[in-house]
Amino acid sequence: MKRHLISAADLTRDDAVLILDTAEEMARVADRPIKKLPTLRGRTICNLFFEDSTRTRISFEAAEKRLSADVINFAAKGSSVSKGESLKDTAQTLEAMGVDAVVIRHSASGAPYRLATSGWIDAPVINAGDGTHQHPTQALLDAFTMRRRLVGRDAGLGKGLDGRRITLVGDVLHSRVARSNVDLLHTLGAEVTLVAPPTLVPVGVETWPCEVSYSLDEVLPKSDAVMMLRVQRERMNAAFFPTEREYSRRYGLDSARMAKMPEHALVMHPGPMVRGMEITAEVADSDRCTVVEQVANGVSVRMAVLYLLLGGSEPAVTTPAAARTEENK
Amino acid sequence: MSKILIRGAKVLGGEPQDVLIDGETIAEVGTGLSADGVDTVIEASGQVLLPGLVDLHTHLREPGREDSETVLTGTRAAAAGGYTAVFAMANTFPVADTAGVVEQVWRLGKESGYCDVQPIGAVTVGLEGKKLSELGAMHESAANVTVFSDDGKCVDDAVIMRRALEYVKAFGGVVAQHAQEPRLTEGAQMNEGTVSAELGLGGWPAVAEESIIARDVLLAEHVGSRVHICHLSTAGSVEIVRWAKSRGIDVTAEVTPHHLLLTDELVRSYNPVYKVNPPLRTERDVMALREALADGTIDIVATDHAPHPHEDKDCEWAAAAMGMVGLETALSVVQQTMVETGLLDWAGVADRMSFAPARIGSLPNHGRPVSAGEPANLTLVDTSYRGAVDPAHFASRSRNTPYEGRELPGRVTHTFLRGRATVVDGTLA
Ligand SMILES: [Zn+2]
Repeated sequence: MKRHLISAADLTRDDAVLILDTAEEMARVADRPIKKLPTLRGRTICNLFFEDSTRTRISFEAAEKRLSADVINFAAKGSSVSKGESLKDTAQTLEAMGVDAVVIRHSASGAPYRLATSGWIDAPVINAGDGTHQHPTQALLDAFTMRRRLVGRDAGLGKGLDGRRITLVGDVLHSRVARSNVDLLHTLGAEVTLVAPPTLVPVGVETWPCEVSYSLDEVLPKSDAVMMLRVQRERMNAAFFPTEREYSRRYGLDSARMAKMPEHALVMHPGPMVRGMEITAEVADSDRCTVVEQVANGVSVRMAVLYLLLGGSEPAVTTPAAARTEENK
Repeated sequence: MSKILIRGAKVLGGEPQDVLIDGETIAEVGTGLSADGVDTVIEASGQVLLPGLVDLHTHLREPGREDSETVLTGTRAAAAGGYTAVFAMANTFPVADTAGVVEQVWRLGKESGYCDVQPIGAVTVGLEGKKLSELGAMHESAANVTVFSDDGKCVDDAVIMRRALEYVKAFGGVVAQHAQEPRLTEGAQMNEGTVSAELGLGGWPAVAEESIIARDVLLAEHVGSRVHICHLSTAGSVEIVRWAKSRGIDVTAEVTPHHLLLTDELVRSYNPVYKVNPPLRTERDVMALREALADGTIDIVATDHAPHPHEDKDCEWAAAAMGMVGLETALSVVQQTMVETGLLDWAGVADRMSFAPARIGSLPNHGRPVSAGEPANLTLVDTSYRGAVDPAHFASRSRNTPYEGRELPGRVTHTFLRGRATVVDGTLA
């Protein structure tokens, strides 16, 4: 694996499968009475959040603590893009404090890449979401959830998502989740289709390794998993679509639409859900919807990423996965 | 008054000739000129002699941002790049929208002595696009302003643009438009296309530039005025200007050196040194711009020299300032992209970087032929030179060049402003 995790596109298939396999090992820790491993004892990890995201921060924090790391939470107030609050200054402060890894969330696309490549800091950088660019651990936890459900918990070990048909629906244009998922799912062998109104599909999408459709109803019967993306209400004022009602009618997921999906197919959502507009309560609460699982899986996947990037010299859990890590360095 | 003999230089890239400078003017051009009574002889065999370069688009930052550049440091950079005249853009603090501010800039240029500074006046008060500045007063001032621009911002109100175009006809002025439809570029960070889609940076569509150019050439036609398009950057813009010229519309256009060389692929580094307005475009656009400069659809090369202090670029992309310095590398980039590709000869370079910009900006004493009786504004270039760009040697106060470490051809060895050497052997005098 590379030294940093900035983009899902940085991961080879072997890297991605290794992370998912390692995450399966980590998931077992959650079933133990004491949910803690000594793996990163004495290592300091900083969660550097320039943009609010309680969910993602808590998930990383839980992962770090389960690996016995020391955790520093650094939340920068307001807009990071305003002057006098420089990413560089913060990075150098952390460097001086000797942190061993930085988990960064930033409203500016490319900020984690800058942090990792500008020589401001030496520690590994993990992107926890940057602007409309990437959110690689989200993609990993989504892939983990899909692999568990569509391939199997143990049967999935060592495997990708070959031939599985995954549909992403909604605001692709502004979605780092969409970008990361397209990259990772393609790497894992899945066939990805993006569904959105044309206004929410980026110019230049034709080079992405996926299909694009404007019709959800046509794609649903051929989907093994349907991931609903978040649509922010303010997009309406910017004329991306006429009304919430119309969006809902054409791209919302209700039970009638869910019925068009194959029986085994999953409904996914990165959360938080806008119930009513993008997904009906009925669908959100059905047992085909994996939202709650995705949250739990997020911790396991982030444990795996931290463990692998920080190159724990002792095995994370005594398993073949840990042994394979050593070979992969 | 000193006499200088330049020996054996290829005048405009042609046959070697001697050029005798006497005081402020060229006294003689010929072969085997005598060195009798000459104070300095410059052996220029193999070098190319050009008329002093003229930049229609420079940001000197003074008044207001003297931490980025001053008239003195900017004109030193200009001289080092082979320029003898620069037009200073109006987006200073305060904005150059009154006779007082343009006269101040003009006077600072005189005092610097490195390069003539011709101020550009703002089209609208405070560059706000709402109310015309006192265009006539700026023209009648000591600075004799003839070029007006809200550069950095687009004059997007069609009525204001129409009025400005009409108004400056009274004194032969020209409006230089920064073509950027504001609504189409809200939140824009880079060229809109496959790279922006991947990087998740706000897209700056080509049509935001092209729609304004299309509108403005039609306005210029309607009111019978003259419009100049700043830093044209897309293949589509070239097509519109070509069409407008074929229709007889009085439009001129400029391209920057960086748009002739660099593409949006470089933004993959997220290094803000590549962040510029208009943004770097695609390979296809770059090739169209080169062709258009060669065939005269684009009239001139202008640097859009935009100095910024280190801290404004040493940050994340979204927070960084837009712009690149360009005065000291422009000629080298033009040599690489236009001369060494066979698209333009040195006479063509003299036209695009001296004669034509002086004509568009109405500077009678610059962009003159290299012949007896003309003002001795000259630039001597060692075209065989090859070397990596080292910003540490820049005369500009700022170092935000996209070419750091990149090998570029050509080096200005001498620059003469009215017979006085401002650069000698590649070093500022
Ligand atoms: Zn401009």
